[in-house]
Amino acid sequence: MNGPIDTNSWQYRQINARAPGLSYLANALIDLVEEGHPVLAGTADLQYSNGLVRFAQRFPERFTQFGISEQNMVSAAAGMASTGAMPFIATFASFLALLCCEQIRTDVAYSALPVRLIGHHAGISLGFYGTSHHATEDLAIMRSIADLTVVAPADGPQLAAAVKASVNHTQPIYFRIGRGQEPVVYDDGVDFQFGKAIVHGEGSDLTIVACGSMVHPSREAYRALRAAGKSVGLIDMHTIKPLDTKAVLSAAAHSRFVLTIEEHNILGGLGGAVAEILAEAGSPARLIRHGIRDEYSLIAPPTHLYKHYRLDAAGIEATVLEALG
Amino acid sequence: MANPPTPSNIASPPDAERIALLRDRAEFVRLETLRLIQIAKVGHYSSVFSCAEIFATLYYDAMRLKRGEPQWPDRDRFLMGKGHAAVGLYPLLVDWGFFSKEVLDGYTRLGNPLGDHPDMRKVPGVDFSSGSIGHALSGGLGMVLGARAADRRFDVYVLLGDGEMQEGQVWEAALSAAHHKAGNLIAIVDRNGYQLDGQVDDIIGIEPLADKWAAFGWRVHEVDGHDVVALATLLRQLKAEADRTRPVCIIAKTSKGKGVGYMETEPGWHLGYLAPSDEALAAEEIKRGGKTQ
Repeated sequence: MNGPIDTNSWQYRQINARAPGLSYLANALIDLVEEGHPVLAGTADLQYSNGLVRFAQRFPERFTQFGISEQNMVSAAAGMASTGAMPFIATFASFLALLCCEQIRTDVAYSALPVRLIGHHAGISLGFYGTSHHATEDLAIMRSIADLTVVAPADGPQLAAAVKASVNHTQPIYFRIGRGQEPVVYDDGVDFQFGKAIVHGEGSDLTIVACGSMVHPSREAYRALRAAGKSVGLIDMHTIKPLDTKAVLSAAAHSRFVLTIEEHNILGGLGGAVAEILAEAGSPARLIRHGIRDEYSLIAPPTHLYKHYRLDAAGIEATVLEALG
Repeated sequence: MANPPTPSNIASPPDAERIALLRDRAEFVRLETLRLIQIAKVGHYSSVFSCAEIFATLYYDAMRLKRGEPQWPDRDRFLMGKGHAAVGLYPLLVDWGFFSKEVLDGYTRLGNPLGDHPDMRKVPGVDFSSGSIGHALSGGLGMVLGARAADRRFDVYVLLGDGEMQEGQVWEAALSAAHHKAGNLIAIVDRNGYQLDGQVDDIIGIEPLADKWAAFGWRVHEVDGHDVVALATLLRQLKAEADRTRPVCIIAKTSKGKGVGYMETEPGWHLGYLAPSDEALAAEEIKRGGKTQ
């Protein structure tokens, strides 16, 4: 038992390889290059975490490793875009949106440069890595930046569809994605349009409006509730900005309750965006915001956290039942 | 630590006619700055005056530009870390035919695109917006990388303030540029010694500056930033050099407020406004300086 540790026991890269959702990112970018789009990619010391290593190996001349210099990466991506390129840069959402907020505002959005910002491992998906790594403010921050589109795809296929649709999108985009281990929602193809929500079903009691990683557990809850005879609807609000106002108002018109579900502080994110629409429209529907309740998230394995914050299917189902009394 | 030019790569210096043009354009920058700040009623005179010769040498000797075509894809790029000196840049962009003098004369008025800091979205000929200190060198690096991926060739010049050296992102960019062999990235540090609150070396010292850049993997040259012959010769030499794999830092030693003695000795002139009578005196002094330089 005193021999050297077997080198095969070091599984870090294999762990990340088991994040199938993220493989869609590199694959979509590789497809875009092969279709002739001027895609460049970059990361800040996270090419194994976000899977861009595959892009780097395929197109080394189109990939820049910036090392741990996130702000430099964002400003440099703006410079790249100014030369006609379409850069996609990726790092943890907590660092991208919080550390580089000003570079994103000033160099990318204000300058109207088509940089694609990929904030991955968003929300509380980094679990026990700690609260510093949790991004529960990024939607609020990014949403307040003018001319920046904010998208939270539900799964890998939708991420790929959004990335591909982005080549015809003139505004810079913040993509908020999870850690790639989210179950697939759209296994039968995705029709993705920026700003157009996907309505899974309508209900007169309550409509769940979810985004990103919360779409899958919300759909599980939605199915269980429907099976139990509740008239519940579900909307995948993948684009946080511009928000699909029509879908929100339609849900409010035929449901007594609108329930937003997000892996984010309930302030300023999806719940905040929906609240603004409903209040301005004078909607009589009652809004319930479900997410992290203006507190710093605890440290635990992600599955434990989702359960604790009632952001798993059972927790969402319970939240709906409480609302319906 | 500054690298002396080696005999094999010394390009020919500018001729007398070119030297006269560069001096004339530096004077033009100063006089137009005086005029435009009178319109705005406040501005950074001395920040422009320290880099007037740098502006002139870049725009009338070093940079490849096409008159009337601010978006020419193969143009050399210019970014300003010290964006507050943009008031000195705008007259040159008008001179290049990138936008009209009428627009220039509406500097800072409601609806006019020209503000204290350059805005690429609004001002033809501005290659990168600035205003927030420390971003421009990264932006310039991105341009080099973008050009490389598209197999295009142009040089990227980034004018940095010496106070800007206190910003962390500058050093992130410096590390990155050396690592990625961004040899056609040329940083020019306007070493005028002052920032808003006082002398740079009193606020947060940055020396030994040349050693720092060299240690980050850059080729470093030190030059008198008001000597158009030295500036032009150095920039020509850099263009002619075979080794374009290491980024270049030029530390341009300048005098803040150069051309107007009162501003040179009074650091409060980082941001200010001259009464009309003093503006005329300053213009006189600039004209005298331009002729005797």
